[in-house]
Amino acid sequence: MSAELTIGFLPLVDACLPILAREHGFAEEEGLSLRLVKDMSWATVLDRLLYGHSDAAHMVAPLAIATTLGRGRPAQPLSVPFVLGLNGNAITMTPDLAAKVHAKGHLGDPTEVGAALRTVAAERREAGRPLRFGVVHRYSSHNYMLRYWLAACGVRPDSDVEITTVAPPFCADALEAGEVDAICVGEPWNSVAVERGVGEIVLVTAQIWRRGVEKVLALRESVLEDRRGHVESLVRALRKAGQHFVDPEHWDANAAILARPEYLDGNADLIKHAISDRLLLTRGGELVHYPDFMFQYREAANFPWVSQAEWLYTQMVRWDGMAFDPLAAAKAALTFRPDVYRSALKGTGEPLPGANSKVEGSVSGPLAVGTQQGNMTLTSDGFFDGGRFDPDDLAGYLAKRP
Amino acid sequence: MRIAIVDESATRAAVIREGLAAADDCELFVITERRGLVAQISEIAPDIVLIDLGNPSRDVLEEFFAVSRALAKPIAMFVDESDDEATAASVDAGVSAYVVDGLAAHRIRPLLDLAVRRFHAFARLQSDLAEARGALAERQTVDKAKRILMDSRGLPEPAAYKEMRDAAMKQGRRIADIAEAIVTAHNLLGGGR
Repeated sequence: MSAELTIGFLPLVDACLPILAREHGFAEEEGLSLRLVKDMSWATVLDRLLYGHSDAAHMVAPLAIATTLGRGRPAQPLSVPFVLGLNGNAITMTPDLAAKVHAKGHLGDPTEVGAALRTVAAERREAGRPLRFGVVHRYSSHNYMLRYWLAACGVRPDSDVEITTVAPPFCADALEAGEVDAICVGEPWNSVAVERGVGEIVLVTAQIWRRGVEKVLALRESVLEDRRGHVESLVRALRKAGQHFVDPEHWDANAAILARPEYLDGNADLIKHAISDRLLLTRGGELVHYPDFMFQYREAANFPWVSQAEWLYTQMVRWDGMAFDPLAAAKAALTFRPDVYRSALKGTGEPLPGANSKVEGSVSGPLAVGTQQGNMTLTSDGFFDGGRFDPDDLAGYLAKRP
Repeated sequence: MRIAIVDESATRAAVIREGLAAADDCELFVITERRGLVAQISEIAPDIVLIDLGNPSRDVLEEFFAVSRALAKPIAMFVDESDDEATAASVDAGVSAYVVDGLAAHRIRPLLDLAVRRFHAFARLQSDLAEARGALAERQTVDKAKRILMDSRGLPEPAAYKEMRDAAMKQGRRIADIAEAIVTAHNLLGGGR
């Protein structure tokens, strides 16, 4: 008799691992029967998790930390034993704005686009119609990556430009209606906007931070403790799903599965673009290949690096206008649970890094790193502005941000 | 007290509204349009916002409330810390409540209870409707199976029906299941083409 686990998700390409773990029998092999519950807002995914409708959830990483810290609702400790993927988001602008900040047909350079944007933002602010960006959630990696990029380019979020929340399925509508000038959202929603001719993809978030943490698997801490064995089985199943997901041989079949009505209810061709790291930047243009646009498997992509939780905490301090609090920082760090990931995969062929934290943005070329088991080579994990995040000095890092 | 009911289902919104109409000293506003939601809420300046749990605009609304903390009347998700059951019950029923900061729990609870009851009532109506639809679909399948037997075996209608009823009794199954099996087999054997 297999144990049942219910997982909440939003219809996005990066909900792929739980979906494929179920569809290809990886969960079943681990003695789990997965039930997937689709919702249309992160608020609902979170409510279901907190009130026991689901055991685990596909979640924007900062929301897991915000919930632990009690931002927006009473604090409830969440735990993250597995990162569902890195990056996979893009910044899509109205054709009008895109034309002002970069040359059509290829992805822009983040520094150059930022410089051009600074001029446009100043003009629009002068004219009393400040530029508006849409992000999918206040506590999303999209919001933090966008703000990181803007601020580093001398564009001050909330004063030079406005940033507002738009639900992913309505991003294309918002661009079309002129409610926003640009969106930062996951796939397939950028591609949907391009397909409709209401937006052009100008940057991908992997250009801002090459290894930026994106969605996580989140559980209530008490559920993780009570069902530790099942959670570890799930970690193994998700890892197998990741291996399947990145194999070019399976791209078509996996795109077709994700496109089904019960999952993304979308267009398999567009979904395959994201899976294969190939994007149509403008309607009628050519597919552009950007390696590691989505990053779901290699280089222990799913390992919950404590340093990444801490980076997210520093961004929360920045953009929520909070004071830096070492106790809160420690709580945020504890949300990520590399210990669970390790014990789940110990004795399997999966590589396990030797450390739980790393200096983010410090790897520029292939670097063999010490491991607990297996071999691991990390490649570039840089921020576009050359910034480095040292988890041993959060306050110092914050002091240096614009 | 000003209460905003946000629901893209106009029918359900009407059911909730009717349920709350009896409450004393309440002014009700119904919003069913997604577009301009935040502007409307901002204009209404509600003390309580009731929104269906699955509404796709909830993240947008929560963002507005987060920003509104800086405004005169900050709004937060209603969680009665002394009694979390109320929130759990509302999540189970499919409604979430956002409440102006400082509004006493004893004023909110009766309204939330009413809303929860109305959500349950609406869910019951829907399942009744789904059942009725299911019954209709079953009747259509039975008719189709009957037609297949009449065509393939040259039986008159009452005899075709009797065949199915006898098979159902013998196998301890429902006539609808037998009919379904006949239709499926017929389609599999190419008869449906």
